[in-house]
Amino acid sequence: MSTESTTTDVAAQPDGEPLRVILAKLGLDGHDRGLKVVARMLRDAGVEVIYLGIRQTTATIINAAEQEDADAIGLSMHNAGHLTLAPRMVEAVKEAGLDIPVIVGGIIPDDDVIELQNKGIAAVLGPGASTDDVVAAVRTSISN
Amino acid sequence: MPVPDVFELARNGERRALGRLLTLVERGGVNGDKVAEISHPIAGSSHVVGLTGAPGAGKSTITGRLAAAAGLASESGVGVVAIDPSSPITGGAILGDRIRMDEVIDREGTFVRSMATRGSSGGLALAVPGAIRVLDAVGYDPVIIETVGVGQVEVDIAGTADTTIVVVTPGWGDAVQANKAGLLEVADIFVVNKAERPGASDARRDLELMLDLGAHPDPNKPTWRAPILMTTATDGSGIDELWDQVVAHRSWLTETGELLGRRQNRDRFEMLGRVDELLGGLGRKRAESEQGLALLADVQSRKLSPTAAAAELLADLLES
Repeated sequence: MSTESTTTDVAAQPDGEPLRVILAKLGLDGHDRGLKVVARMLRDAGVEVIYLGIRQTTATIINAAEQEDADAIGLSMHNAGHLTLAPRMVEAVKEAGLDIPVIVGGIIPDDDVIELQNKGIAAVLGPGASTDDVVAAVRTSISN
Repeated sequence: MPVPDVFELARNGERRALGRLLTLVERGGVNGDKVAEISHPIAGSSHVVGLTGAPGAGKSTITGRLAAAAGLASESGVGVVAIDPSSPITGGAILGDRIRMDEVIDREGTFVRSMATRGSSGGLALAVPGAIRVLDAVGYDPVIIETVGVGQVEVDIAGTADTTIVVVTPGWGDAVQANKAGLLEVADIFVVNKAERPGASDARRDLELMLDLGAHPDPNKPTWRAPILMTTATDGSGIDELWDQVVAHRSWLTETGELLGRRQNRDRFEMLGRVDELLGGLGRKRAESEQGLALLADVQSRKLSPTAAAAELLADLLES
């Protein structure tokens, strides 16, 4: 069909298109200062941040990821629930048939970082991460 | 996967496919054109409702509540497009409308898409007409559009929606403000939100006064006097009445034939917008050519005016 040859892959991420990243906090964790800082960092790096804020569930985040056609999910965690909640998010993403990375930021002990990575978390960002660190982690996670 | 297949999935209720179609519309290009080509012939039946008003007036919260009210009345699902500004410096954006829409965000049959303006002014994103078309074509009715917070002249929504709701709050301005503001000329329905606050009845009175001043109806034309609704979006009061007025306005549009006129106008504006876009693109491409650069040099050395240079660049198109 002639239209086939002119239609490019609908899944391709063309150069220069803004990335769309969801930022949220799961469960009963109200400390959103970090999330707001990261939202600002990403915005200043040209990213379109879909800001969901606090007290979200994995189901809400999956809904948003589908409707917003997000390129990545960023979770901020400060209540020591990361070993439970973050892998649950990764599972939910898989179950929904989505192929997007989950990135975690927050207070994460070093020992836990390895475990999170083993459970499919694409990147872990700690306190003091610079704008460049955050943006690089997002871009690398998406392109992998 | 080719665009027509994605479209089929979206029509069958696959939300991820619809999400991707909207991305293609935003990106434009070959795939975006294809989406428009498929959706245009089958779109045109959904009621398009636009909400506009100043930043912080409560547009997102009202949009969420209104979508919930509409969802109870609609079997076809409610589409929402919520627009927030892109940074003019970095192109990035913080799209924060979903957090105000707890009421609807996880309802089956409600589809909410956040959109950044990506450099366009007027309170809408360039991709909005295309996004409405897709949501309409896959069966969402109504489609509710929430603009970025606007001031006085950013009223593009009125050219895009069937029913335009203008949201104001107590203390937003007096009757003079009401008279000069372009926002108010486009309202089909007014909402005074945060109506529990002091000054709400003053705001209402100023709007009534403004409407009285403008009330010189042409007896040969059907007229609609914009009703003024009082709401407190955070607790939902006044929202059911607002939805009733939206439905009433829709009936009025249909009965008077005004709906057809508005939509024909919308198509015309969109086509003219595309003409501007294509001609602008062609012009910029030619400006980079050898001839274009030579003309630019003449303008810069003051041998030729910018207007004359532009006319020469497009001489073959301007002949007729």
